[in-house]
Amino acid sequence: MKELKVTPIKDGTVIDHITPGRALKVLHILKIPESTVSVVSILMNVNGKNGKKDIVKIENRELDPKELNKIALIAPKATINIIRDYEVVKKHTVELPEEVIGLTKCSNPTCISNAREPVESRFHVICKDPVRIRCYFCEREPEDIAAGIV
Amino acid sequence: MNFKHRDIISIKDFSKEEIEYILDYARRMIPYAKAEKHTTLLKEQILATLFFEPSTRTRLSFESAMHRLGGSVIGFADPSGTSQKKGESLADTIRMADSYSDAIVIRHPQEGAARLAAEFAEVPILNAGDGAGQHPTQCLLDLFTILTEKKKIKGNNVVLLGDLKYGRTVHSLAYALSLFQANLTFVSPESLKMPKEVIHECKEFGVEPVSTSNLEKAIKEADVLYATRIQRERFPDAEEYNRVVGSYKVDNALLQQAKQDLIVMHPLPRFVEIEPEVDKTKHAVYFTQAFNGLPVRMALLSLILGSKKL
Repeated sequence: MKELKVTPIKDGTVIDHITPGRALKVLHILKIPESTVSVVSILMNVNGKNGKKDIVKIENRELDPKELNKIALIAPKATINIIRDYEVVKKHTVELPEEVIGLTKCSNPTCISNAREPVESRFHVICKDPVRIRCYFCEREPEDIAAGIV
Repeated sequence: MNFKHRDIISIKDFSKEEIEYILDYARRMIPYAKAEKHTTLLKEQILATLFFEPSTRTRLSFESAMHRLGGSVIGFADPSGTSQKKGESLADTIRMADSYSDAIVIRHPQEGAARLAAEFAEVPILNAGDGAGQHPTQCLLDLFTILTEKKKIKGNNVVLLGDLKYGRTVHSLAYALSLFQANLTFVSPESLKMPKEVIHECKEFGVEPVSTSNLEKAIKEADVLYATRIQRERFPDAEEYNRVVGSYKVDNALLQQAKQDLIVMHPLPRFVEIEPEVDKTKHAVYFTQAFNGLPVRMALLSLILGSKKL
């Protein structure tokens, strides 16, 4: 018998196909739980059709798909499902913007964006799959993007 | 082609055609650089030179370039006498210089400083080196030197030697030489190899750089040998520096194995990489290269600030 680890939600948002191990980083980017009182379930390293994945379920709250594009930086294959009365009413695949501002720190310690200057970090997305970003200021490419998430 | 009020931050901001245009204009600047001809093209214009790190050639040649074009210069060569010592941000220093000048030249120890400066200045910013990052005017004068000495850039076998990890000039140069389809060989100690991202950029232009630690082998086919100093100031610890300093030496014995028309370049200052005996050989072009900074920077200042062309 198939074991159901977390039950389906009635209303809310399901973020599926998150890169395995990145669910907590995704929540960090979305400022959850600080920004919500909803019940949040996290599944990590779940077996899916295309290998392992993480899943996040947020009950009684519909997140704006545009806002969720920010998570594409660390979970480029994630899908957003809006659930109403147990049915998926909207499905959206995250899309990485051309520029990522203020979301992740430059990994270069001597980059001016890490100094006491009145600027936010800024990266150009130079490749969407696999994700590669280049610092607007120092032109370096961070190897571990998730590590720099602020 | 219009360069009016354009920032010069990174060589990557320029197309091949734009670089060719600048180099062609630099060639026309040579008689003015040598004071054989005179101009007041930039009369009543002020260049601010903000050097937060030491410099000899870059600062002097920028200042000379501005004076040769009839303009004047304000600035500092040592930040210890400025408000930076009092904790002023770079952004605020730039806002101030912006209101006092028509263009700003900046050298700073942190990567991305010139790009940040451009965010806060109305006047054009010229990057004179940002930490281990970009040094576009050095790159342009290096290309100008190869072009004037070898008549073309494409197809030359160029060996980049020394500190390829921290050396900012070689990163920009590897990119630009790839843009111009030169053949590249990187020679360095194992710990100072060219960063992966630079090699990746070369490959994007279809150039397949060869990485080696064997200079004797690489020199045989070289048309251009570009040596660099192993920079103590860029090393996180002295031990790593002591392990690699003096790894390579260019001397007459080595050059015996080279092509007759090999040119030896160096951005200077040199330390122990090139023996003084090489200075007298026909291979040595590093002092000409240093002079070339003048016409190239005159060309840039004219294009950015001039109301008409010379």
